[in-house]
Amino acid sequence: MQTPAPFEYERATSVEGAIEALQRLGSEARIVAGGHSLLPMMKLRLATPEHLIDINDLSELAYIREQDGVIRIGALTRHVDLLKSELLAQHYPIFADAETVIADPVVRNRGTIGGSLCQADAAEDLSAVCSAVKAHVIIRGAEGEREVAMDEFHVGPYMTAVGAGELLTEVRLPLFEGGGSAHEKCERRAGDWAIAAASAAVWIEGGTITEVGIALSAVAMTTVHLTRAEELLRGKAPSEELFAQAGAIASEDCSPSADGRGPVDYKRHLAGVLTHRALRRSAARALHQEA
Amino acid sequence: MDVSITVNGEPRSGEIEPRQLLVHFLRETLDLTGTHWGCDTSNCGACVVLMDGQPVKSCTILAAMCEGHEIRTVEDLEVDGRLDPVQEGFHECHALQCGFCTPGMLMTARALLDENPNPTEHEIRTAISGAICRCTGYKNIVSAVRWAADHESAAKQGA
Repeated sequence: MQTPAPFEYERATSVEGAIEALQRLGSEARIVAGGHSLLPMMKLRLATPEHLIDINDLSELAYIREQDGVIRIGALTRHVDLLKSELLAQHYPIFADAETVIADPVVRNRGTIGGSLCQADAAEDLSAVCSAVKAHVIIRGAEGEREVAMDEFHVGPYMTAVGAGELLTEVRLPLFEGGGSAHEKCERRAGDWAIAAASAAVWIEGGTITEVGIALSAVAMTTVHLTRAEELLRGKAPSEELFAQAGAIASEDCSPSADGRGPVDYKRHLAGVLTHRALRRSAARALHQEA
Repeated sequence: MDVSITVNGEPRSGEIEPRQLLVHFLRETLDLTGTHWGCDTSNCGACVVLMDGQPVKSCTILAAMCEGHEIRTVEDLEVDGRLDPVQEGFHECHALQCGFCTPGMLMTARALLDENPNPTEHEIRTAISGAICRCTGYKNIVSAVRWAADHESAAKQGA
């Protein structure tokens, strides 16, 4: 039987209360929301927190709304709500792409965007999605809030910029005209972790790519932000040839390890193909040409 | 710690360790052994119950997290000796062999039909994609859920 090691449990009734509890209980306290990453790790003793602070009652952290030209997603928003959001479908269809292939519908009823990002597992899809769309996250502590870009958020495998006594509260997505986005994943079976996955977002104005974001899941120790491929694309006209070049860079700039999901050369190949496809679909969506 | 959870419409309480999982609270504390405990890793779906009407995997939820919530298990499907249409469907379509996955399949199917009374085959297959059956090859399970959908809508029209 797999059961977590003993811990103390308490429920937060407010964001301030959760932060107060984190500070009171110290470094051996962890936040639990959906629990679908943390509880399996606790069963395996990969995580042994002495205190769990349950934030599932904080309905004020569950929302997806547009405000001042920015989409704001509360940290407690569950995968199922990301999948069904019309606002996200309209501006960032990459979320629905990813959410249809993240775990299964029953797991998606519990897991949250805040939990996914804070787990910082390189194989997890939403971290690459948020990187590609240039998301920022809001981290709140006793002294107030700070806004952190995705590049600064993930500081290592399973490590984030969220410090002791701090809580991730919101994910912010910028809104610009002419955007398209897509997520492409290859997995062994329905609901599995990616063998490799690519997230892309492009913004096209007057036939030119003005901004672009590309990130990969599962092909390094952390989410891979493909800055070199982005530089290649910026300022150029979208084309199959250009996207193939970006795919070639993706194959070079990842560092996968061989495991039960496949050997290194296969994963590099996938990184390239999936990057090419994600860019192609992003551009088609930006230009309203998706088949 | 003490926990109070509404299970199958009745308030139930018990003293638990904070680390106790919902599946074990149901099976061991409440003796509701209809919910099966399978892979313990949220992969197989045998332990699916409804939490406030939504299907969830009870091996990956702490009993403590359910305080104040409503849990519905497979024991609650039958009402006054009448099987739920999804149970009838599984019977009619031979949707089980060993039966280990069945409670989770039934609750997952119940939740699907509550939200979408007329699902396509693709929607049924998506809904049960988080549940593993090693006997049927799924075909008869999909037929059973479709059977339940047809008979529920016919019953509603008749009423």
